[in-house]
Amino acid sequence: MLVIKDTCVGCSVCVEKCPYDALRMEAGVAVVDMDKCTLCSACVKVCPVDAIEIEKTESKTAVDISEYSGVWILAEQRNNELLNVSLELVSEGRKLADELNEKLTAVVLGSDLSKAGKELVAQGADQVYIIEDEELLQYRTAPYTKVVAELINKCKPEIVLLGATHNGRDLGPRVSARINTGLTADCTKLEIDKERKILLQTRPAFGGNLMATIICPEHRPQMSTVRPGVMTREKADYARTGQIEYLDADINDNDLGAEVTKEGVILKFNPQFGDEDLLTKIVQIVKEAQKSINLEQADIIVSGGRGVGDPEGFSVIKELADTLNAEVGASRAVVDEGWIDKEHQVGQTGKTVKPRLYIACGISGAIQHRAGMSNSDVIIAINTDQEASIFDICDYGIVGDLHKVVPMLTKAFSDKFN
Amino acid sequence: MKIIVCIKQVPDTNEVKIDQDKGTLIREGVPSIINPEDKNGIEAAVSLKEKFGGEVIVISMGPPQAKVALKEALAMGADEAILLSDRTFAGSDTWATAYTISQAIKEIGDYDLIFCGRQAIDGDTAQVGPQIAENLNLNQLTYVSKVELLDEKVKARRELEQGYSELETKLPVLITVLESINKPRYASIKGIVDAHTTQKIKIWTADDFEVDMDKLGLDASPTQVHETFVPKHEKRGEILEGSYEDIVDNLIKKLRSENVV
Repeated sequence: MLVIKDTCVGCSVCVEKCPYDALRMEAGVAVVDMDKCTLCSACVKVCPVDAIEIEKTESKTAVDISEYSGVWILAEQRNNELLNVSLELVSEGRKLADELNEKLTAVVLGSDLSKAGKELVAQGADQVYIIEDEELLQYRTAPYTKVVAELINKCKPEIVLLGATHNGRDLGPRVSARINTGLTADCTKLEIDKERKILLQTRPAFGGNLMATIICPEHRPQMSTVRPGVMTREKADYARTGQIEYLDADINDNDLGAEVTKEGVILKFNPQFGDEDLLTKIVQIVKEAQKSINLEQADIIVSGGRGVGDPEGFSVIKELADTLNAEVGASRAVVDEGWIDKEHQVGQTGKTVKPRLYIACGISGAIQHRAGMSNSDVIIAINTDQEASIFDICDYGIVGDLHKVVPMLTKAFSDKFN
Repeated sequence: MKIIVCIKQVPDTNEVKIDQDKGTLIREGVPSIINPEDKNGIEAAVSLKEKFGGEVIVISMGPPQAKVALKEALAMGADEAILLSDRTFAGSDTWATAYTISQAIKEIGDYDLIFCGRQAIDGDTAQVGPQIAENLNLNQLTYVSKVELLDEKVKARRELEQGYSELETKLPVLITVLESINKPRYASIKGIVDAHTTQKIKIWTADDFEVDMDKLGLDASPTQVHETFVPKHEKRGEILEGSYEDIVDNLIKKLRSENVV
């Protein structure tokens, strides 16, 4: 429950800060509407006289957290090749493990992972658990959950990180529910609170309008997913040494449960999957480039305005967008001209976007456009007119001809990615 | 066939603006809506019912005003609506939310399909669906953009980052759907009138279905909000100088060092 103590001085700061409109002033003091309050704690932090408290009793399902130690990365492969996000997480996990003075373990499931094991060690893992089985080559919820949850229950890691890919976001919640612990999705920052020895997990909330730092104080492991590209991957060091262990998973068998045959090392899994209730059958997997436009969810947007000159001028914008795996945006002016479809429009009467990177090409930066994109993390503006108001809200500005600069950027980025 | 749809009433976060001077959210005029992808879940359920017969039950957890969302779901063609609303549910994280909803679904019983939206726009976690599936010991299909029923089997298209997979599994199953799966219908006039005149919305408190009080709400939630803050977008406004080659070079270095690309 949210409690407002009688030390409230009626300054109403909390009323303004409440994202859920749950607080109001009554007779000179703050009053909470518990039907609206989500206990997000935004008000607690801002109260200048510490008059707001969230009352909470200790969880009845809490575990003995002292039994848990070590940082784990659940690495993900496609055709036995590790995803970048997994290597980024190993670098991040390395830092966390060093701060805690604990071991960093990478766990990977697939069918032929000797190369992946070496890569994970080179990237910073002290130990790699490899679970190989033909059934584990393609991700499926049930066998992956089974193997991962049992491993966690046996080995009791303190922190478990996984990529916020479609598969990671399918597996993470399933595992967290099975082992009864918390999971924080799409973290953008992970830190250790040295005093309490807990993981501070910061993530965007409320459609990116708020950032929230989440903790999991009484349950273990502390689990987070992290989006690809958020953490920095350090240079791999192939001279590093680490321990690589092969754990046996006998997925096809009807035997029950996992078996611990040697102390500390799990040698045999026999998860209970008969073909009968098995599982989901994978009929086929089709690779294709994404076609649909999803500006709101886009990580990177390359937008064109009147400065592109004509409909054909958008080709340079599209090429840069393709290279960056980005979406194409546009100002109202060019949509009204019919140079590009309305679904690309960013702004007051178009879409509101908050990508990690917004590249505005030949856009002057009218208020109506800015209203839709000014919350982007990093904004790059390219315009021939150095007085253009887009430069007022950009991080980096280039005064110049987009038809020259944009193709150079495309080339520079494609060199980088190849 | 009995189909359950889990929905959430959310503030339309696309309508939220930030007061840059004060660093606060401007809430005025922000409407409450059915989470967009949950609407796709309702549409998927209602169109399956139209084809194969059966009933659609929508379920939501939230404060009393979430009834508005359930009314809209009824007007779209759902047959029954249940709102889980109790002070003891307040402050639930995804784990406790999934527990509470799963217990209510057990109480409903005999379901063939459960639909959820992939994620809610106010939290973007995509966790409650899979956590419900786990609690009910069901198969789950997430990120689904196409679904077909063949006898006791479900065939679904699951979107991947690049491409998709086609999956087949048996009923019962929990499916989380993407916006691309269908176009939710508008509520019909008759549907709206019916939804308002009949008492089809049941309110369930913690006394109305079997729950372990130790697994409810804030106290039972493994995760807690430590703090929240409005992200700052301080713009550097740095105009890059030099030849185009220098500028591009410089820009890429900066973006790389800040880990933007």
